[in-house]
Amino acid sequence: MTQLILEQLLNGLQFGLMLFLLAAGLTLVFGIMDMINLSHGSLYMGGAYFGAAAAQASGSFLLGMAAAMLGMAAVGVILEILLLRRLYQRDHLAQVLATFALILIANDAVRMIWGPQPLLLNPPAALAGPVELFGFIYPAYRLLIIGVGLAVAIFLYLLVSHTRAGMWVRAGAANRAMAEALGVNVRQLFTVIFALGAALAAAAGVLLGPLLAVQVGMGENILILAFVVIVIGGIGSIRGALVGSLLVGMVDTLGRALLPTLLRATASPEVAAHLGPALASIMIYLLMAGMLFWRPQGLFPARS
Amino acid sequence: MNQRHAEIGLFLAAAALPLVLQSFGEDYYIAFATRLLIFALAATGLNFIVGYGGMVAFGHAAFFGIGAYVVALLMAAGLFSAWLAWPLAVGAAALAALLIGALSLRTRGVYFIMITLAFAQMIYYSVISLKFAGGDDGLPLEQRSTLAPLDLANDATLYWVTLALLAACLFALQRLAASRYGSALAGLRQNETRMEAIGYPVQQIKLVCFVIGAAVAGLAGALLANQNGMASPSQLYWTQSGMLLVMVILGGVGRRYGGVLGAIALLGLEEVLGRVTEYSHFYVGFALLAVVLFAPHGLAGLWGRQR
Repeated sequence: MTQLILEQLLNGLQFGLMLFLLAAGLTLVFGIMDMINLSHGSLYMGGAYFGAAAAQASGSFLLGMAAAMLGMAAVGVILEILLLRRLYQRDHLAQVLATFALILIANDAVRMIWGPQPLLLNPPAALAGPVELFGFIYPAYRLLIIGVGLAVAIFLYLLVSHTRAGMWVRAGAANRAMAEALGVNVRQLFTVIFALGAALAAAAGVLLGPLLAVQVGMGENILILAFVVIVIGGIGSIRGALVGSLLVGMVDTLGRALLPTLLRATASPEVAAHLGPALASIMIYLLMAGMLFWRPQGLFPARS
Repeated sequence: MNQRHAEIGLFLAAAALPLVLQSFGEDYYIAFATRLLIFALAATGLNFIVGYGGMVAFGHAAFFGIGAYVVALLMAAGLFSAWLAWPLAVGAAALAALLIGALSLRTRGVYFIMITLAFAQMIYYSVISLKFAGGDDGLPLEQRSTLAPLDLANDATLYWVTLALLAACLFALQRLAASRYGSALAGLRQNETRMEAIGYPVQQIKLVCFVIGAAVAGLAGALLANQNGMASPSQLYWTQSGMLLVMVILGGVGRRYGGVLGAIALLGLEEVLGRVTEYSHFYVGFALLAVVLFAPHGLAGLWGRQR
């Protein structure tokens, strides 16, 4: 039992860190520009496809990852300059319409290029097997994901809280008009943030590619999870995104693994069989709704 | 020719459509036209919430889907009569909206968008994990609901019933918008604080609007279950909420026929493009972007500013 819990804790950490890669970019877009970007999941999907194709062509997972991040950063810059920039001043409805349109375009573009079949993305050969860890067996590749996720989290933390550019970002999230009045070029800064967010989403897509399927529509599921994360963490806050990601990753993973067992212990098997999976999959949404109800600004409010 | 005449003319033309299609032997398009009207009805309900109530709700699929599942579940339990099942579907959607709305309306702005999304996702995941609701596969209908003395198994009859219900809902919502209640809603959209200060029960007014819009979606869901022959989980998924919202914005938020126009334009464009390309959504997406950039008030805004 302890081993199961430990393993699930690691899985939760791994899932949470991947959510963080997605949520980090999304929360800044949302927080600074007050923009609802539904197409963030498409950047994640695009990254996974870019990565899988490049990894297949080059035979190297690492090259696939680099290609995905650079490629999606470039797509992000183009997207921001050509389209999103025109939407910041518009209402949320216009943003929903435009970014939903981007989802439709991205899904069909991917089908046009790579066909309807899911792509295969293999983990690097050296990490394909399991390793022994404190006396139990855990897949080496999942450990790599945890490592990369932690490294990115630390990098982002240092970037946002210890550099000048990071200060501009925080200023923009707290009060954009004031930051602009004090001479921060939020417009340009934002193109960079968007590119960075796109690259992180692409990285998440490539890293999760070997675990989940690289297929059309993969972005739609995880996009909503990313929104759950940033709502819980506080819109615009990187620290909130990290805490929210870990919370959502843990609650979701542990809930799915343990709730059915717990319910069987307390309720009749029939009730548990019906209620367990349902309750496990809605737990994070309950968490989100509860947060919005009692503390809509989230755990770490960024806006002043 | 004034607007009333134009509306009656359009209604008659729509009513004659199945006869025209039948005489050309294009019976497939009767089913397609029914689908258009059903989505027009669901989008009209959402338009009432978004356009008239000023609440950007991102969980309309929940009520649309509840309507469908109630009809399918009742039929699995042996209740075939539309006279009973459809009102129950509407009632269930309204009840769900009452609970969700009462909780969600304590938030505003983007938080309202997100909390309605959260509740809709809860309903989606609950339904797909329920074995008796068919799980991921959805719940097939044994047959269409019975609506004595009419025979809904006939495609044209289902079309006419749908058209009549759509017209009735549009008429009722119009009267409602023109009533004292409608004026209060309009006041809320302009300045909520002031309305509250004058003494209007702001929360109740908004909640009623939310419930009415959801009830209309529930009715549309009941119809869609009949048209598709099943209640499908994809009808509850967030992308369905997105699609309905896209229809409303495309047609014209707060315009009398915004939902109808948007549904017909979007599904019609999909259908036409689907004839020539496998990738119709690719081009639909660009068309939607063009609307965002060049027609900020939607299609209805292209001719006249009048509501």
